[in-house]
Amino acid sequence: METWWRALTFTLGYNTSVVTLGAMLLAAGAGMVGTFVLLRKRALVSDAISHSTLPGLALAFIVVGLVQGDGRLLPALLLGAAASAALGLWAVQMISAHTRLGEDAAIGAVLSTFFAFGVVLITVIQSMAVTGQSGLTSYLVGATAGMLISEAQLIAACALGLLLAMVVWRRDLLLLCFDADFARTQGLNTWRLDLLLLMLLMAVVVIGLKVTGLILVVALTIIPPVAARFWTDQPLMMVALAALLGALAGYLGVTLSSVREGLPTGPLIVLAAFLLFLVSFLFSPRRGALASLLAYRRLRRRVHLRQGLLAVAHEEPIFDGLTLKLMRRRGYLRRDGVATPLGLAAARDAEHEERLWALYRELHPDDALHREHAGLVPIGQVLSADAIMALEMQLAPTEGAR
Amino acid sequence: MTDFMTFSLVPLTVAVIISMTCALLGNFLVLRRQSLIGDAISHVALPGIVVSFLLTGMLASSAMMLGAGASALVTVAMIELIRRLGRVEGSAAMGVVFTSLFAVGVLLLEWHGATGVHLDVEHALYGNLESLIWFEGTGPAAFFDPVALADLPPQLGRAAWVGLAVVVFVVVFRRHLILGSFDPDFAASVRARPALIDLLLVTMVAVAAIAAFEAVGSIIVIAMFICPAAAARLMTNRLAAQVAWSQLFALVSAVLGYLLAGHGPGWLGFDASLSAAGMIATLAGLILGAACVAGPRRHRIGVAREA
Repeated sequence: METWWRALTFTLGYNTSVVTLGAMLLAAGAGMVGTFVLLRKRALVSDAISHSTLPGLALAFIVVGLVQGDGRLLPALLLGAAASAALGLWAVQMISAHTRLGEDAAIGAVLSTFFAFGVVLITVIQSMAVTGQSGLTSYLVGATAGMLISEAQLIAACALGLLLAMVVWRRDLLLLCFDADFARTQGLNTWRLDLLLLMLLMAVVVIGLKVTGLILVVALTIIPPVAARFWTDQPLMMVALAALLGALAGYLGVTLSSVREGLPTGPLIVLAAFLLFLVSFLFSPRRGALASLLAYRRLRRRVHLRQGLLAVAHEEPIFDGLTLKLMRRRGYLRRDGVATPLGLAAARDAEHEERLWALYRELHPDDALHREHAGLVPIGQVLSADAIMALEMQLAPTEGAR
Repeated sequence: MTDFMTFSLVPLTVAVIISMTCALLGNFLVLRRQSLIGDAISHVALPGIVVSFLLTGMLASSAMMLGAGASALVTVAMIELIRRLGRVEGSAAMGVVFTSLFAVGVLLLEWHGATGVHLDVEHALYGNLESLIWFEGTGPAAFFDPVALADLPPQLGRAAWVGLAVVVFVVVFRRHLILGSFDPDFAASVRARPALIDLLLVTMVAVAAIAAFEAVGSIIVIAMFICPAAAARLMTNRLAAQVAWSQLFALVSAVLGYLLAGHGPGWLGFDASLSAAGMIATLAGLILGAACVAGPRRHRIGVAREA
């Protein structure tokens, strides 16, 4: 607990602090890129990218190992990873564009085939006399514990560059995500923009390999944006929020993993992100599960109450349990089910309003369609006093005839 | 010959059974454009196994299958919940769920690793087909020797049972499966229960993924689900023919992949062997690549071909 607190407050030494900052920057960048990818509805493309880095990693390891005897050279490994990720991305594009297979099959096939070939290459490495082999497995599930300071600095620098790139291109990317056709009429080269987005995604995935491992890095590009979507309807706000949530997840995950020797960083970051998602999913006031549930219950009560009052007005019996309960609680009904004076007055009002709404729907069917739940909200809250007066005037003759 | 029986017969048989079983289910996943469900489920097999291991303390098949089935159902339930209640796009919801559950699995596994158990992360990812050695399988006589037969690795029996179950499932529900794959609305209208069949299919995928888990790991199995079926989809327009092609591709990639991994380096003069599971999946991917380039039915219907 104390170690965690010291990690949280950046007092656990220079190394841990740099690693934490690097992971936070990376996760923020992943959140930003991920938002655009999510809005473009291609969230799982990053899964294909991340798995297809493995053969490149392994090949780079073999080449570097043959040259200098130890395969661990982060820049070379990242370059190899990027190259094979690009190849995998190209394969996904080609398969989904030129054959009848859907993008899902393309993603699944590419990610598993590339990963499998990477595994074959890893067995090649195991039979070679190259040191630093255990370094490779850290790319699978992530390990920041043994990270060199230079590696952390490289990751942080790349993540920073990525953040800047996102800030520069945010408007073009946004246009691409929401209306690619319109973007084309505005003279934007959407094909190139798509490529740019995928390249940014690839960069973030490749840089993130060392931190979360190649299987879980996809989580950083999906979970924070999905969580951010719960809090806002504004895209740029969503990008910023996703970056913030990502950074928070990185911060929590890395600091937690420093609590005990051997706790893997990647899963902890992902679980921290999932926790943030869960909170958003449950408690967001606009789209959260709890808010939806409450809104549903409110609507249901309103419908029951209105139907109960109308039944009283038409002197019909009420059988529904919930309706009876609601009416009794408001003092509209006595225990034996007979309407109180208050209930009778409310029923008269409800019926009158129902007539006004019905007339409104008849006279202005189009306008009525546009109003959500028209007929349940008190009409005074929706229409102006003049409009209601006009309706009342029309209603009066029928009222008199009765 | 004895070497072959001791070291290669069981792994090769298991590889063939698993490949063909997965490819059979893969046909329906590819047709329904649900390939990524296979991806999600096979990732989730890891936490399923780890949790069932933590609860029962052993790697018994029944417990593992239960764990797998349960984890698959939990996954599907979580995906649907997030998709419906949170109004999140389907693939994104899937991404949230399977990465988080996989993270749980890895975390539990690493925790475990400290206390010393036979599961570890590398095997969970790569599988270990080569470890299925039949020590008593010293000659053809072993086939009739009950003692030697009892020594067969349990994974073989598990794979065989699962393969049989999958075949029975597909044969019994073939009409429902086909109807639901091509026209779920019509299937619902004639009470073919497409939602229930979907759930059953996902459960079978989970069970197959578990049977494959120990042998080939949780990621390579995705290739076994998707690659042969996708390649077969590019060969023909008829479902029966597609299933047949997928089985052929699965068989070829399993046998060739195993032989190449075991003996390929030897032919080139190196004294080493490669990951058989990885090689099988790589071959399956190559077959798919070839089908993408030259498959007779690779084009989308209704799209003008380039001259």
